[in-house]
Amino acid sequence: MLEIDIKKRLRDFDLEVNLRVKAGEILMLVGDNGCGKTTLLNLIAGLLKPDAGMIALDGRPLFDLNRKVDVAPEMRNIGYVFQSYALFPHMSVYDNVAFGLRTRKLPKKEIEFLVRDHLTGAGLWEIRNARAVDISGGQKQRVALARALIIEPELLLLDEPLSALDVRKQAAMRRDLRERIHTCGVPSIIVTHDLRDVACIGDRACLLEMGRVVLSGRAEDAVSWCAIPSAGTGET
Amino acid sequence: MAAGSQSARIADESKHGLFMASDQAKINYMIRLPEEGQEVTGISVRAKEIALKVGPAILLILAVAFIALPVVSLFIKSPMDATIRSLHDPVVMDALRLSLMTSSLTTSIVILMGTPVAYIHARFHYFGKEIADSLIDLPVIMPPAVAGIALLMAFGRMGILGHYLNAFGISLAFTTLAVIIAQVFVSSPFYIRQARTSFEDVDRSFESAARTLGASRTYTIFHVILPIACNGLISGAIMAFARSLGEFGATIMFAGNFQGRTQTMPLAIYTAMQGDLDVSLCLSLILVAISFLVIALVKTLTRRVYKNAGN
Repeated sequence: MLEIDIKKRLRDFDLEVNLRVKAGEILMLVGDNGCGKTTLLNLIAGLLKPDAGMIALDGRPLFDLNRKVDVAPEMRNIGYVFQSYALFPHMSVYDNVAFGLRTRKLPKKEIEFLVRDHLTGAGLWEIRNARAVDISGGQKQRVALARALIIEPELLLLDEPLSALDVRKQAAMRRDLRERIHTCGVPSIIVTHDLRDVACIGDRACLLEMGRVVLSGRAEDAVSWCAIPSAGTGET
Repeated sequence: MAAGSQSARIADESKHGLFMASDQAKINYMIRLPEEGQEVTGISVRAKEIALKVGPAILLILAVAFIALPVVSLFIKSPMDATIRSLHDPVVMDALRLSLMTSSLTTSIVILMGTPVAYIHARFHYFGKEIADSLIDLPVIMPPAVAGIALLMAFGRMGILGHYLNAFGISLAFTTLAVIIAQVFVSSPFYIRQARTSFEDVDRSFESAARTLGASRTYTIFHVILPIACNGLISGAIMAFARSLGEFGATIMFAGNFQGRTQTMPLAIYTAMQGDLDVSLCLSLILVAISFLVIALVKTLTRRVYKNAGN
């Protein structure tokens, strides 16, 4: 269970979010560009610091202003898939996936076993020696996801995981993504601006506007949100 | 059947199209033929085009020749056997050894001190950063002779800092250490500038990704940021090495010109020119060869950097 109740002053508006995500639940975060979606993910991951409030994961506080808790991002154990995947360009696919295990100083044998397992599962074992910059967009997405999942995160954050793929691949990837995330059984937040993603992948959906959650409901209902004028265009 | 008739139709159409095209050409030809003046304007247009290409070509050849001629002359004017004989001259050997030693040490110092500075300047803002930035770049613009005097005023026997060092019996000026100090002073901006842009080119998302994957700040710097910026750093270091190898003005003012102690290659070239030109030529050829090597290295390294950035 992820609990968020934070405030952060941004350049154009104040981000003020109060959210709960249950274990195994996929929350889709929808909204226009610049509404604070990525900022919210960075706040949860600890890459940015909230001005006030608290973030707790399974009862463990990650950030709490009153109790002066601010866990460093490397200690939060959160799997984060970045918008452009942020695969390390100087490393092979194998080294990218192994990175999170090496920072945890796992024994070499165990790293080899786990990486092999994850790469085979994602259909990437054949390209393990390719440099991360030389592979296709779909492969990059799977490497980024494998890299985030191999550390057995307690929370998954995905920032526009499908936006870099061409439209034809997106449909297949949506199903794939939902399956993979569901098998982890951890709370997940996926940021998207594509309402088609919402119903296909998510369980629940939130619409973020100017840093506030303005609509919230079941993922299936999100498709109808675009009929609401303020949801479609934003009131900016 | 249907497919066959369709392909036949396409063939027919294309044939028709062909007729159309050739008809058009015939008409054009017929229209153009009677006009005599057209031919003349055609020639003048072509002449203009040629002039537009030849003009820049001549300029380019002149510019390249201007730079190439002195270098080529150096090779032509130095007799092979005399040059090889000069290699055994103690002046040449001492200068070569001293130059390579001091420049290598200078480059190491510049890398060790400059890399953190470049990283801080690429990532963080602090009060007075603009001033610090200008100061770092100052030695590039400052005339080397001025740099030499400035160093003497700071670290010389009567200098602001040297005055105190002298009290402890430490004298910096006119020693090999002074050569290194002068070289660090003039060559550090070359490295810091290049290193800073290399760090700026490393996307912050790589840093963020490493942190969320459990890497501390230090681990991220050594395993992610430095390897990605590596090519840029190396080319910056090579530039600094080349600059310190060629350092003349500040060295002769601050370190003097003592063979084997402070007489680096440029100083030896200058000194030998008064007597034995062959020694000067021999040293010059070595420096030219190193310059070529430096340019080639920097070019290949930066090319690979751009390729990485494009992906």
